[in-house]
Amino acid sequence: MIVSLRRHWRRATLCAVVFLVYVFILTPVIFVSWISFFSNEIVSFPPEGYTLRWFANVWEQRVFARGFVMSLQVAAIATVLGVSLGTLASIAIVRYRFPGRETLNMLLLSPLIVPGTVAGTALYIFYIAVDDALEWRLQATLEGLVLAHVMLTIPWTVRLVTASLVGIDRSVEDAAMNLGANRWTTFRRVTFPMMRAGLVAAALFSFITSFENLELSLLLVGPGRTTLPIAILQYLEFKVDPTIAAVSFVQILLIGTLMLITDRFVKLSRVV
Amino acid sequence: MSQVSLRRLVKRFGAVKAVDDVTLDVREGELVALLGPSGCGKTTTLRMIAGFIAATEGQILIGDRDVTHLPPYRRNTGMVFQGYALFPHMTVAQNVAFGLEMRKVAKADIAPRVAEALRLVRLDGLGERMPRQLSGGQQQRVALARALVIRPEVFLLDEPLSNLDAKLRLSVRVEIRQLQQSLGLTTVFVTHDQEEALTLADRLVVMSQGSVQQIGTPEALYERPANHFVADFIGRSNFLEGRVTAPGMFRTRGGLDVAFADTGASPRDAGVLAIRPEKVQVGGEAGPNRFPGTIEFVTYLGAATELRVRLASGEAVAVTRPNDTPAGDGAVAARAAMPGQPVTVSWPPAAALLLAPPAA
Repeated sequence: MIVSLRRHWRRATLCAVVFLVYVFILTPVIFVSWISFFSNEIVSFPPEGYTLRWFANVWEQRVFARGFVMSLQVAAIATVLGVSLGTLASIAIVRYRFPGRETLNMLLLSPLIVPGTVAGTALYIFYIAVDDALEWRLQATLEGLVLAHVMLTIPWTVRLVTASLVGIDRSVEDAAMNLGANRWTTFRRVTFPMMRAGLVAAALFSFITSFENLELSLLLVGPGRTTLPIAILQYLEFKVDPTIAAVSFVQILLIGTLMLITDRFVKLSRVV
Repeated sequence: MSQVSLRRLVKRFGAVKAVDDVTLDVREGELVALLGPSGCGKTTTLRMIAGFIAATEGQILIGDRDVTHLPPYRRNTGMVFQGYALFPHMTVAQNVAFGLEMRKVAKADIAPRVAEALRLVRLDGLGERMPRQLSGGQQQRVALARALVIRPEVFLLDEPLSNLDAKLRLSVRVEIRQLQQSLGLTTVFVTHDQEEALTLADRLVVMSQGSVQQIGTPEALYERPANHFVADFIGRSNFLEGRVTAPGMFRTRGGLDVAFADTGASPRDAGVLAIRPEKVQVGGEAGPNRFPGTIEFVTYLGAATELRVRLASGEAVAVTRPNDTPAGDGAVAARAAMPGQPVTVSWPPAAALLLAPPAA
């Protein structure tokens, strides 16, 4: 009797905690989405009515559209480069034993723990030095921004792809070679499909990390080439109206759709 | 004609000799089992035949071809791995077809050959399943079909039964043997299970610490083990240490004078007599090698009963007796052994085999 009562309480507590966590995570998302339809310019509750004009305003403010395209571009290139390089690094780390292997692993994961503004400042100084020494302009250029974002995406790839590589039974690759597949064919037909889930997850996380990055990008963009998060920040300096909520809502929709599409190919709950 | 020849094969990992001077000829259509405790080098030897591990020294020939320096994908061996190693992202049919695709077999010929291979392992109709949807035994058979469909020159099996439960292991064992015999496959089989090796193989290779201890038929290995290791590893043996006193006569440490089959080998000073427990009798008619003792321990084994008899000399001898009389028979009660009961044990001289003492 007492035992079952205690178990009952334990269950109830667990449910309550889970519920609170969900509230905590989802409240901002729900409010942002809701506010983006408010008709009053100064956000207040309850809303006076609903409108779509903030979405129209987003469209009219070319800075958002340009920022969106810029972010998309940077995130796409950074993801492709970061995932390719990170995957090669993971293969080296998992499959080969060489001096400095652990150090390399730590180094590749370190961008996760360095604060964005610190990394941004360091890169800013580094880019200036590169320009001085090699006459190669990176500061405030697309290349510079992409390179910085590649650095941001590599830790995600290394983590996720390493995890999926470690889980691959080497004898499956041996079996392919035994059946007549050379190393390249073995990789293409067997290893690669088996690590696909990890790759898809890596690409997704890389893309999101790059797309929504603010701190690092803030120090590296030039005039007229801002990313979407920076455009939002700049807009906020002058005005606080539901336009920002509308932009965020569009962004949430985009990333949500991306995750749903990905989930159709790879069950995300299995790889993350 | 031998299909696989290993000539003085050596594999060193750093200072450790994992495989030490192994020479072996596997005849066409023969099933040879590599048997030994873990770490004896049997799997390393198999992986060298397949080409996954490069030989440090020596030669490997398959057919007439020296394959020592060829990569695995140029060797035409068909291997079944311990964990089956099926491609998890391919259907059963795709798994089986893989080797044919690699051999550039015409598309039109692949499907019938895959179907035939699946029929051979009694998996017809399961071609569209994914490996994870199959039971362990079925996965095992997919692995067999996948290795057989390419018509390999050598069939390699790495502990293929160790992941199956005991009941299934027996039936798959028979199945593998039947397949191997009906297709006339030259096969090398690695196992640590001596019963598996004895029942399956035409010949056994017993290995220990990288080197071959003895090569022979199951019967030869059991009846005439070459050394202490083989006598101990294959089946069970009583070992009596002592010295040879005269041709055919041996005195144990405890002071028993035992007659043994004199094979004409020069009497070595110190040695060990190996005697199989089932060749020792309790009671028995008059003759040499009759020693008094006391039953110390009785173990009922179902088909047989094992008695541990402490001899007057202080040495212990294990004796197995078949439980071959029907239950309820009066003789059972008469023969019933009790600890503490005085008995006489005996064995014919031919049952005692003189071996060199084990290396310390």
